[in-house]
Order: sequence, then C-alpha cells, then structure tokens
Amino acid sequence: MKGRKLSRRDILHGSAALAAGSVFASPVRAQAPEPVAITPALVEAAKREGKLIFYSSMDLPIGEKLGKAFEAAFPGVAIQIERSGSERLFQRIDQEFGSNIHAADVINTSDASHIITWKRKGWLAPFVPEDVAKHFLAEYRDPDGKSATSRIHLSSIAYNTNLVKPEDAPKSFADLLDPKWAGKMVKGHPAYSGTIMTATFQMVRELGWEYMEKLSKQRVMQVQSSTDPPKKPSLGERAVMVDGNEYGVVLLKEAGQPVEPVYPAEGAPTISGPTAIFASAPHPNAARLFQAWFHTRETQQFFTDFTAQYSVHAQVLSKPGRRKISDIKLMKEDAQGVEKMTEEIKTRYARLFRV
Amino acid sequence: MTITTTDTPKRRRDLTRPILWLFAAFMTVLIVLPLSWLVVFAFTDKARYPTLQNFVTLFTDPAFLDPLLTTGIIATTSAVICCLVAAPIGWLVSRTDMPGRQIIRALVTASFVTPPFLGAVAWELLAAPNSGMLNQLYRYLTGAEDPLFDIYSLTGLIFVISCYTFPFVFVLVANALDNMPGELEDASAILGGRAWTTARRVTIPLALPALVAGALIAFLQAMTLFGSPAILALPAGFHIMTTKIWSLFQYPPKLELAAAAAVPLLVLTILLLQGQKFLLGRRGFSVVGGKYGPPRPVEMGGWRWAALAFCLIVLLNPVFLPYFALLNAAFSPNATTLVTPSTATLHNIVFVFTELSSTQLALKNTVILGASTATVGTILALVVAYVTTRRVIASHRMLGFLATAPVAVPGIVLGVGLFLSYTRPPFVLYGTLWILLLAFLTINLPSAYQQLQAAFATIHPELEDASRILGATRLQSLRQITAPLLRTGVIATWCFIFIGVMRELSAAIVLFTSQTKVLSVLIYDLNESGDLAAISVLGIAMLVITFAVVLAVNRIPIFGGGAGARLRNS
Repeated sequence: MKGRKLSRRDILHGSAALAAGSVFASPVRAQAPEPVAITPALVEAAKREGKLIFYSSMDLPIGEKLGKAFEAAFPGVAIQIERSGSERLFQRIDQEFGSNIHAADVINTSDASHIITWKRKGWLAPFVPEDVAKHFLAEYRDPDGKSATSRIHLSSIAYNTNLVKPEDAPKSFADLLDPKWAGKMVKGHPAYSGTIMTATFQMVRELGWEYMEKLSKQRVMQVQSSTDPPKKPSLGERAVMVDGNEYGVVLLKEAGQPVEPVYPAEGAPTISGPTAIFASAPHPNAARLFQAWFHTRETQQFFTDFTAQYSVHAQVLSKPGRRKISDIKLMKEDAQGVEKMTEEIKTRYARLFRV
Repeated sequence: MTITTTDTPKRRRDLTRPILWLFAAFMTVLIVLPLSWLVVFAFTDKARYPTLQNFVTLFTDPAFLDPLLTTGIIATTSAVICCLVAAPIGWLVSRTDMPGRQIIRALVTASFVTPPFLGAVAWELLAAPNSGMLNQLYRYLTGAEDPLFDIYSLTGLIFVISCYTFPFVFVLVANALDNMPGELEDASAILGGRAWTTARRVTIPLALPALVAGALIAFLQAMTLFGSPAILALPAGFHIMTTKIWSLFQYPPKLELAAAAAVPLLVLTILLLQGQKFLLGRRGFSVVGGKYGPPRPVEMGGWRWAALAFCLIVLLNPVFLPYFALLNAAFSPNATTLVTPSTATLHNIVFVFTELSSTQLALKNTVILGASTATVGTILALVVAYVTTRRVIASHRMLGFLATAPVAVPGIVLGVGLFLSYTRPPFVLYGTLWILLLAFLTINLPSAYQQLQAAFATIHPELEDASRILGATRLQSLRQITAPLLRTGVIATWCFIFIGVMRELSAAIVLFTSQTKVLSVLIYDLNESGDLAAISVLGIAMLVITFAVVLAVNRIPIFGGGAGARLRNS
C-alpha cells in the first residue's frame, strides 16, 4: 500500500498463472541479438527517417499521449498512430502484407498469440532494448528478441455506481447470469478485440462454453473494442460491464465518473500486450528507437502511471492508491492456446451471440 | 436527322471518335474488371475450380438467411416510410404557397449531405435506451422507468436509415412536380374537377413515375447501406447483408463466400430495375417538350402554417436533433450530458485537431478524393450521357448500361471486387489513393450519369447539328453550344459526387490503408472504441467542409455563379 515497487516476486506471485515462457516458446531457438541502448547514432538515424507508423490497440487518447511523449523526447520524429482492435489490426496486416504493402513500423497488440503467427511467417525483426534484456523476466520477452511485453492489463467486470448499490453489485462471472442483469450488460467482441479474444479464451477454459451460452441469453449489448465497454456504464447506458479494459474503468473512476471495477471471484482474465518491430518497417531506425524508448524505466513508469496498466519492468513502481496486480486473482495466460482456438472462438461466439 | 454518318467525305481531323472509344474502354475496365472478379470468386473455390458450393453453404445457413430476411424488411419499410414522408413535403415545397419553401429545400439538402453513419452516431447520443438524451428527458418528465426509444433495434435502424434516405425520394418528386405543366391541372379545374379530383386524376398520375423511381432508389439505398447498420445493428444483436459480408472479410477472409453473398443483392437489384422499366414504360414522357406555363401554386390559406410545422417536425429527425446532439457532444465533457456554460470544454476539439495523429491525413485525403472524384466523375458522366443521348458510337447502349450497372453493386461488394482487381498485376493500386478514386468514381457514376443524361435530354440536338453544319467539329460544338447550356446540371452533378464521396464508407472500409485513410473510416474506427466526442467534432468538421465546398463551387463565376446555387440533384 505504500507504493511499494512491483517486484519480480510480485509479478511471479500475482501471475503465477502467466504461463511461463509459453508465449514465446518457439521450436527453433535462435539467438537473440545483443541488447541495444539508445545511442546518439540511433537517435540521429531515426531523425533522418523522420517518421514512425505505430499500429496499436491501446485506447486512443492513451496511445496518442504516448505518441506525443515520444515526439517530445525526440523532436523531429513524427508518430502516426493507427488505432484499431487487435483482431482487426491482425486482419489488416495480413491484407496489407498479402498485397505487398508495408506501411507499419511497430505494432502493439493485445492478443499475444499474434506474435506467434507473425514470427512463423518471418515478419518480425529481432531487436532487444537494453532495459528489456536487463529488467524483463524471460517470459515477457521473446527468446529470439522479436518482441517484448510492454504492458499487462486485465479484463474486469464493472458497474455504474448510480445504478447499482455496492452490495447488489456482481462479485463474479457467475453472478452475471442472475436474471436481474438481463438487458443491463455490455461486452466487447472477440472477433474485433484482442483483449476480448484473450479474455474469452480464458473464460471458456475456466467456465466452459455453457457459461457463454447462458450469458448470451441475458440480452447483452454487444460492442466491438474492449475500450468501449467501460464507457457504457460510465454514460449510464448499461449498468454492468461483462468484459473490457479494467484500466479504462480505473481511469474513468479517477476522473470522477460513476464507475467501479469488480475483480471477478473466478479470476480476472489477464492480457499481455507485446510490442514488435516488423522486418519490413519503412522506418527501421525510428522503430528501434521507439521500441528502446518504450521499454525504458522512465517510459514504463510514466505509461503505468497515466494508463493504469501494469508494467513488467522490474524497476517500475505501482502508483500509490492503485490496486496492485499481485492483490488480484488472475486467470492464466496461454497465447499458444489462444492461437489454436481463435477460429473456434470466433465461430462459436458468433453463433451464440448472433453477431 | 443525324449527321454522324454523312460527314466522312471531308476527312477533317475529328478526334471525337478515338476519344470516345478511349472513354468506352476505360469505362469497360472500370466496371467489368471488378465485377468479373466477383463472379469468378462467387463461382469458384480457393483453388479457382468452378463450384456452386459457396451458394450451398450460404443458403443452408440460418446465419446467412436471417440477415437476408432482415435486409428485405429494412429496405421495404424504409422505402415506404421515405415515400410517405417525402411525397407530401415535395408537393408542399413545389406546388403550394407554404411559407419557407426554400428553407425546407435547404434543410432537406442538409439531411442529404449528412453521412448516414454520422446520423447513426448522433441518434445513438439521442436515443440510446438509457443514456440517450431524449430518453433522459422523457424519464425526467414522466418519471417512467422504461425508455421511450431504443435506437439499438430493428425499428431504430429503419428510422435512422429513413432519415437519411428520404432526400433521394424528395428530390425526384419535387423536381417532377416543379417541371409539371400547370395547364394540365388548370384544364382539369376548368372542366369542373375539384381539388381532390384534379389531384387524383392529374397531379398524382403525373408524379407517380417519380415516386416509384424514388421508392426504388430508397429501397436500393437501404439495402446496400453499410454505415448505419454497422453502427446500430451490432449492439442490437443482428446482422444485415452488408454487415454480414463485411464480417466475411475478417481474418481469415472468406472472399468466395463474400462474393457469393453479394449475388442475391445483385440479382434483386437488377430485377427491381427491370420492374421499374416495365411499370413506367408507358408513362412519364408526357411532360417533356413544349412550352408550358409554370405551375400555379395551390393556395393553402390557414393550413400554410400547419404545413410548415409538419415539414419542420419531420426535419427535426434528420437535421435539428442530430446536429444538436453532435454539437452538444463536441463541447461536453460527457457525450450525453447537456452542456452548460460552466461545463463547456474545448478539450474534444483540442484532442481531435492537435493530438489525434490521423486527423490531418484523413482530412487531406478526403478533400483530395472528393474534389478529384467529382471532377473526373462529372467529365466521365458527361461524355457517357452525351454518347447515349446523341447515339454517337455504335455501342452507346452498352455504355449506358455500364454506367448504370454499379447501382446494382453494394459499395462493400464493389470494394471487394476492386480489391481483387487492383492488388494484382497489371494494375497494382491498393495502398494508393487511386484505388479509392476508382471506387468512389464507380459508386457515384450511375447517379451522375442519370442526372446528366436528364440534362442532355432537355437540350435539343438541333442546336449542335446547326453548329456542325456550320463547320464546327463535334468537340467544338460541344464546347461552344452544349456546355453552356449544361452548366447548372454539371455543377449539381459535381456537388452530388463530392457529397457522395464524403458519405461513402462501405467501399472505403475495405480499401483503405494507414496512409490512405479517409474521414468516414476514421469516424467508423472511433465508433468502434466508443469515442463519441471525437466523432462529433470530426463529424461537424466534415459537414462544415462539405457545405463550404458546395457553396463555393456554386459561386465560381465561370460556372455561372449563383445562378444554380440551389442544389438540385436530378
């Protein structure tokens, strides 16, 4: 509670769950390249390119603020952010690369299984920032140096405090099946959002498709991005959010909106957000500079503070007053499982929820 | 008498023919290439072996049949509602002494200029069941629990679609009534016909072709619309055809199924267009030609004000309420809370114009595409309309058909067709603005062509013939005789296409890349993450740009400045 730093032990403890190494386990072990620090030469090279195109699934104002911070740190490098849901970004990358269009430099996705696919296709460039090599646990960096986990966030339940009294609020996913919530809930869509895809995978694994089937009978309002659900209880459009960005709820609450996050008794779905550089990046040096800068202690601290997400950088402290990830019961991540089940989830989900 | 076949002996260098053939070739590639790829994909499997399996898959799957049925319901009801609303307003504006007729016309134009997806977002702000401002007001006034409106429903979607489709019907009906000879009605009155008899025996039959055509256009618009359904149908929990087709593009893309899913829409459209021909074949030409006096306005007495009130109440829905909701959201810290002087904020505007990194690019792309598509499209439509009305080259009928054909292709389907065509040699255009230009051109060609063909039809060929007899080439006579007479029609067409580009989302959503993003796509992306305030700011910017451009174009002196300032679409 005293703003204690989020130590390695915390993370290990809190996310004992986060399947060790499974995200990046690859059959052929290549050697990760030597770690690189931000050198004047790198900065100069980036400035000569002058531009960076960043595909990102982060909530838009947050992504743009991060971009502005980067521009302020390195004047002369303009950043353009393409925000969309991770699953849509995945589709767009596929469509663009398939047509030999390589506009994207760097990508941050909230579906870690995408990294597996892109690595298999040979689309990612190896690059290890110094901080990642020194301060990131092995399970949060690719053994081949092709990505690093820039953020961890949760998908939580939340409710509008004007519409629901704390004692009546749902405590668990099971509570959401109560008929009293019928027609009063909102959730994101796994075919659009990587966060919801990852969360749906974990929920189905823990609770079974039967749970989803019962939930689909509750007349749930369906939106797309995981950044949208927090805004619905905040506006009072729906009383309860089934899934969506916990950080969005926390930020809205801190801004004085009538929302309260609920960490479900069954565990909160946990989502790693890795960042990677494309081998075909048109601005490779700007991309490296961004990747190095994004994972420094300073940026990670700043990012954690203003986005209410969680950092895996060993030296980053959690902001006083915020709940620490080690105090939250989490569901276990399994990127390879997600990769295998993506199609099944999309199909069965569409059948149940009819969209 | 035509002169085309008798001027060969002189062998003067007349470049008309090669130029026209060039246009014909371009048109053919423009339209036939994407449609052929669609057909190929619809009737083949992944390895491009012929198969009907795609259709079997679709027609045995309730997840496909339900959207088909829903689309039918939406298109039919929207078309009926549009006619019920647009016909009386068209008549009031055109044939009565109702006050404020020009204002009503301008307001209908405003609802036409409003992109349907923007209207859908505005109506979310107004009539989302719990946070919607109208529902909040209703609850406040009555203390009721249940919402008055639920925009996330089939009825809600039909309502929003009708709001932004009825201008199509209005324009056709109002123009038909504007051009209707007053003498016919006078004759009926002189022969003792009362007002109602005259209306029933003269006015309505004369206006009927326009109304039927309007109903058809409304039906087609509603059937192929992507924006409003994409925004409202998902939360409502159902698909329509266009959103279903869009979902088939998601990873891994099922392009064969998407192409096959487009076929029913295509067939239905062609049947409808044929049906219209059959219905109207015998009518509608009686008012063309000759000199008639302007129609006499019907004197409405005390009902004038009631009529005006009716028009304004109708226009609350597509214009006043949505614009108010957007303005409110743009300046409010919380999109659906009524803004007060103390809570008003510029934060959203600052965010959109200084922090949102895609704003400038999208603005630039949209304006470039709008202006270039409008210019190229007007020229193309002008040539095709000329060729078909004057029967200049042998295959003029074919050319006319080609120019009308895209009307049968929903934007999103055309988007796929273009994607399939222009991602492979010889034309690799995907990732450039060119592919979007081609898409917008194709989508807007039918209406542009229809307008200019109508404009040409009113100009007698004798004038051109006289000029040619006096020694002018075809191009000279076109420039000196026909062009000045067409001014108003050309300006209207240019504006029409420009607006069409601003409204267009369905093809753009398939064809854009990060460097070729347009405003409509940016707004759609923002909607997916629920950034309603940013949408409001961008939407207002978009409307301001459209109105400014339309006004500016109408004031350019060489185009006959101000003469045709009133935007007429047909």
